[in-house]
Amino acid sequence: MQNYSIVSLLRHAINGHATWAPAWRSPPLRESYDVVVIGAGGHGLATAYYLAKEFGITDVAVLERGWLGGGNVARNTVTVRSNYMRDASIPFYVKSVALYEGLSDELNFNLMHSKRTMIDVVQTFPKMRELRRRQLTMDIYGSTYERISTEEVRRRIPALTGGGPGARLPVIGGMVHTDAGVNRHDAVAWAYARGADARGVELHQQTPVTKLLRGGDGAVKGVETPRGIVRARKVAVAVSGHTTTLTETVGLRLPLRTMNLTAFVSEPVKPLVDVVVNCPDSGFYFSQSDKGEMVIGGAPDMGQSFRRDVKQHVFEDTVTAMLSLFPSFKKLKLLRQWGGHVDITPDASPIMDETDVPGLFVTAGWWGGYKAIPAGGLTLAHLIAKGEPHPLMAPFTLNRFRHLDYVMESGTTTAR
Amino acid sequence: MRDRRLASGGRIDRSRPLAFRFNGKGYRGFSGDTLASALLASNVRLTARSFKYHRPRGIVGSGPEEPATLVELEGCHASANRAATTVRLEDGMAARSVNCWPSPGLDLGAVSQLFAGLIPAGFYYKTFKWPGWRLYEPAIRRAAGLAGAPDAPPPDAPPPDGHFEAVHAHADVLVVGAGPAGLMAALVAGRAGRRVFLADERTEAGGSLLDRRMEIAGRPALEWVAESVAELTSMPNVTHLQDACVWAYREHNFLMVNERSPANPSMLERNWRVRAGKVILATGAIERGLVFPDNDRPGVMLASAAQAYVNRFAVKPGERAVVFANNDSAYAAAADLLASGVDVAAIVDSRDPVPDSARDLAGGIPVKGGSVVIGVRGRRSVKGAAVSKRDGQGASTIDCDLLLHSGGWSPAVHLFSQSRGSLRYDESLATFVPDEAAQACVSVGGASGELSLASALRTGAEAAAMITGTEMPDLPTTTGESYAITPLWRVDAPGAKGRAFLDIQNDVTVDDVHLALREGYENVEHVKRYTTGGMGLDQGKTGNINIIGTIALQKGVPLQDVGTTTFRPPYSPVSFGAIGGIREESVVLPYRHTPVTQWNLDRGAFMYEAGARWRRPGYFLRGDETFQETVNRECRAVRECVGVYDGSPLGKFELKGRDAGRFLDHVYTNLMSTLKPGQCRYGLMLTEDGLILDDGVAMRLGEHRWLVSTSTAHADAVHGHMEELLQTQFPDWSVHVTTVTSQWNNATVCGPRAREVMAALGTDIDLSPEELPFMRFADGHVAGLPARVVRVSFTGELSFEINVAPRHMRDLWEWIMEAGAPSGIEPVGSEASHVLRVEKGFLSLGHEVDGTVDAHDLGMSWIMSKRKADYVGKRSVELRRRGKAVRRELVGLLPADPNDQIPEGAPLTPGGEKRPSEGLVTACVWSVVLDRWVALALLENGKSRHGETVHVRLKNATVAATVGEPVFHDPDGLRMRS
Amino acid sequence: MMLIPCPFCGHRNESEFAYGGPVKPDRPDPHAASDEDWVDWLTTVPNPLGPVEERWWHVKGCGTWLTIWRDTRTHCVVEGSGDAG
Repeated sequence: MQNYSIVSLLRHAINGHATWAPAWRSPPLRESYDVVVIGAGGHGLATAYYLAKEFGITDVAVLERGWLGGGNVARNTVTVRSNYMRDASIPFYVKSVALYEGLSDELNFNLMHSKRTMIDVVQTFPKMRELRRRQLTMDIYGSTYERISTEEVRRRIPALTGGGPGARLPVIGGMVHTDAGVNRHDAVAWAYARGADARGVELHQQTPVTKLLRGGDGAVKGVETPRGIVRARKVAVAVSGHTTTLTETVGLRLPLRTMNLTAFVSEPVKPLVDVVVNCPDSGFYFSQSDKGEMVIGGAPDMGQSFRRDVKQHVFEDTVTAMLSLFPSFKKLKLLRQWGGHVDITPDASPIMDETDVPGLFVTAGWWGGYKAIPAGGLTLAHLIAKGEPHPLMAPFTLNRFRHLDYVMESGTTTAR
Repeated sequence: MRDRRLASGGRIDRSRPLAFRFNGKGYRGFSGDTLASALLASNVRLTARSFKYHRPRGIVGSGPEEPATLVELEGCHASANRAATTVRLEDGMAARSVNCWPSPGLDLGAVSQLFAGLIPAGFYYKTFKWPGWRLYEPAIRRAAGLAGAPDAPPPDAPPPDGHFEAVHAHADVLVVGAGPAGLMAALVAGRAGRRVFLADERTEAGGSLLDRRMEIAGRPALEWVAESVAELTSMPNVTHLQDACVWAYREHNFLMVNERSPANPSMLERNWRVRAGKVILATGAIERGLVFPDNDRPGVMLASAAQAYVNRFAVKPGERAVVFANNDSAYAAAADLLASGVDVAAIVDSRDPVPDSARDLAGGIPVKGGSVVIGVRGRRSVKGAAVSKRDGQGASTIDCDLLLHSGGWSPAVHLFSQSRGSLRYDESLATFVPDEAAQACVSVGGASGELSLASALRTGAEAAAMITGTEMPDLPTTTGESYAITPLWRVDAPGAKGRAFLDIQNDVTVDDVHLALREGYENVEHVKRYTTGGMGLDQGKTGNINIIGTIALQKGVPLQDVGTTTFRPPYSPVSFGAIGGIREESVVLPYRHTPVTQWNLDRGAFMYEAGARWRRPGYFLRGDETFQETVNRECRAVRECVGVYDGSPLGKFELKGRDAGRFLDHVYTNLMSTLKPGQCRYGLMLTEDGLILDDGVAMRLGEHRWLVSTSTAHADAVHGHMEELLQTQFPDWSVHVTTVTSQWNNATVCGPRAREVMAALGTDIDLSPEELPFMRFADGHVAGLPARVVRVSFTGELSFEINVAPRHMRDLWEWIMEAGAPSGIEPVGSEASHVLRVEKGFLSLGHEVDGTVDAHDLGMSWIMSKRKADYVGKRSVELRRRGKAVRRELVGLLPADPNDQIPEGAPLTPGGEKRPSEGLVTACVWSVVLDRWVALALLENGKSRHGETVHVRLKNATVAATVGEPVFHDPDGLRMRS
Repeated sequence: MMLIPCPFCGHRNESEFAYGGPVKPDRPDPHAASDEDWVDWLTTVPNPLGPVEERWWHVKGCGTWLTIWRDTRTHCVVEGSGDAG
């Protein structure tokens, strides 16, 4: 792998950057691999990388319908955090955050990981109670969460000038999560792709999988693509949104429903907000990118959808809520908006497991799955390589639905 | 300062001069100017610095496609990152260039040009890693970001100057764009009597006709425009907006129109949400530049922009021009400039041979066929163009102060593409044009690749005639040119050296795209993201097609195969204020109040959100009490004498019909149908997957009439649940649900002396325990008011819930306070209610119920009817309990030290060690009956661990506590039954 | 924002409705269904890339729970399972 550094940049500058090597190869598609990973999004690429790096499994092909890194990793709000409620979830996300923090070095690719803290701006007592309940359980796993006063919230987020004592929902305080950060989403995909490629993994773009194939023994034996059949005894499906579309080709039903989550960015302005701001009572969150854009996420549209689209009324609700707390943003302009597919499970927690079809693995149900990319990739690779779940992912297997043992991370109460 | 204003002509009002300031210096323009045209008229050429390299930049375009000159408006017009070409000049306006300091002329950031070789596309992915990104990030953030952030008003400041508004509109036909095609379409549809909505982003109608010298029906085209606008104005069925940008095309023909200068002066902007039957997209075409070295110097301008400046604004953008083109349209621009007194030195045309149709337009200007511009002389302003044959032969420099270029025209397909229509690459036009529509829309004129005036009028008329089913009108004759192009995606003549820009705003060059491709970022989306090309405020309106062409050339594939990146809303940036409109949280989500709210506020109640937008009193602070003293006082009142609280926000539903009892048996876990009229029962509702949905009380009012109360927060969910079941699963059952939450208000008098208060109030209902025992109700009068009295208890004390019509509530409340005074009555807030219910171990959905526990875990197995064969959630609870998962069960906790308060949510861990938790404290209160802290907790196998000592893990401490029954007061419930 | 055809009110804005989810098969007899079938019915819903039958509650209108077919790729309201929009 070509080394990236200020020195190498200087060296390449001399000849006008004409000799940089491709970040990954474009090998011919072979007929057979040990493992096929479907989907070159964040989770697919990370899984392939850790298969090679941690478990020495390098005969791996990642098959991507479109372009590498074009899944939800290309269309999210880059928030990385670990403030969850339950013992089942917290250590998983703590691990993911830790992996993210070391990833620029490990992959020799600057992900611009900015551990800049998230502040929850709390406007109702039930929400404050719900968030504070997480604090001491998070502490068991080394994740930090502290209450701060309204004055401190305003001091740290000077643009927060709404939500005064006379407001519909006055700000009553905040919670600070110092482990949270943001980074560059495209870089995460590219860095994993480059790292996986360097360890022998093959990346095949423009290679849609149209069908999964099962052998006479019922186990998976490969996949069908317009470029031909690719055989593999182990196939991992990492195609957020389209999971059921694929698994149904082998008659496998999964408890997943596909829906649309949207986000938008403002025009770039000079540094204004230094932390990730989350306003759970109002239903939006944002951070300011290094380029100066406010990257804003809001409520999902609950309807089933495979269309990446923005619902005007859902969008307006988010904007209205934002303007109530940040009235100066009225003069800020919308620059871009977009949507992405997520599939959601009955308990809104993810699924990582080998399915009833032997050799067929899924990673799905990610809802805010960007923060989970490193840990999701690592633990799925563990399962594929060792045939048993990594302890961190054990709570998220399909098994839990057999007895309806939900891992409910959605809050205990909602204010509106 | 040299004035470049022409003596006559243009769409400006010379009788209305306007003074403005730019980067601190004073200038003058006229009404009708944009900031850009006024700056050009004042001969201000260096107007901006670029984002990454801080290269000097000037004005490139004449409309929203402008990539270079972004300004920040100050004062009352305050607005960041506006393209100078779209800022309508106003008197007193003050603007400054973004992203340079102290000024574009002396920009200290320009030092970054020295390192330009070091910072190609994506350089930041390769460096700034050691010792950590955190060291570099602050400086990078400060350097980026373009304009300053908007100033934040202080909390609760009154709204600033003016307001925003968002409104709905409906149209049979929405016409986007009031150029020739759009006007024609609007006329035809309007004459057919359809509701027409015509929106155009420019300040006046006419589109490209404003910028050119064309004729329609033998007269200047703008006369036709004026007549058409007048006719549209006369039609009551037509809404015509200028300075109104259609910025989003959403599903089901729902489009957003941002009206930027509404007639009402107090209104800043308005957003129209238009639902259209059909949409006619007459959005025109956008000229793209040519890609040659230093094509970003101030004075390098799009040919059509220069044409617009001389014709529309009567400004000469330079004195001596060179025109560089690969198509015919720049010839007309050159001719117009020549006619306005600009010396056009040469037309450099990359085509060989140059078509005669083009040469005919040149009007004596020397045409250099088969030639290209290989470089630009002058850094801060164009001084000359280096020209050679395409093979590099015959290089020479032509002196000029204006270098115009035209790479051809790209239909503005943004909205069509947003509507999810597909695009195809048209070889003869060398651009992407609309292919298959996905919604009820049709593209006409330039937007569909029909680039002549005649075809614009024709396609506009045709579309409207087809939609309305009317005859095609006779079309006027027009002047106009043919259009032919031979694409030139980049100048690669041997002498062409230097940075050739594809995206001027984000400083993306041909070399950057080549680097991206070399490194494997081959997809057009990769190139966009790696180079950031097309991601600026202009969203690549002029540059994207050239990026696609550059990729295609380099990869040796057709443009169709490269494809476009996704066109995302908005078409042009739109302020969040306009999107939000006048909507404020307080307007959209008003608090729900009961008739007692004002009384509460008058007594200093601390009010807060209680769910479902109800605001309830938390506690009634008195004198210099602490919070805890207040809560204790209210609790003691209830336990020792009497208290009263307002329970009006509880959800209430009346169910009528012969199957109502049967239905309640299905939705509640316990048996309801066996109740007699006059009886009520506390019940639990589950979802079908066995989770607790709500708890509440069902009262049987009559044989077929029931009243169901729910918790405040879950009333809507329960309503939806009942209606869904009734309408989808049991459509043949006779049950009608009516929401009566606001028809019944109630005050609950509770405490050992409650009966005294009721007697003092006076009632015709026999309240003796024999006549009205616990869980019974009776209708009658209280204090002379028609009332229903219910014997339920959420505090564990003797309670009378007095239900009255809302109009009587305030009277009832005050009379209760009066009648209760001798008994020491206190109003009770929700904090005290919480303490009282914890002492009794009563369930609180927000505390003990969290998506995993069931009624058995809560010690409420008695509520899960064994007599009923089926009810919602029964099967799932049974199934879940057969699983191996260890259950967390509700227990009471007594901290070893009675003065130890345990924070709510604190985990219980084995031995208090740093290990996975075995439980969770759900509530901890100071018990007034035990005079100590008591807690409720969910503990693994808790029911069988009574007497055990467990440990609560805090951050730096543990709290030992003894496990016991989750009830601390009157375990047999004698008091509430008394 | 979609237009949803209410049988009583005509086409109305989506914001007047609450989403009711895809239509599942009839509730199985809880006494007859196996654990597996019960869980499957409970947790697994149709998730087609194409027309789906779904419910909406006209909560800010007439109160009707209504059923439509909608293509999840385009959001077009369609006639039935075979009618892609």
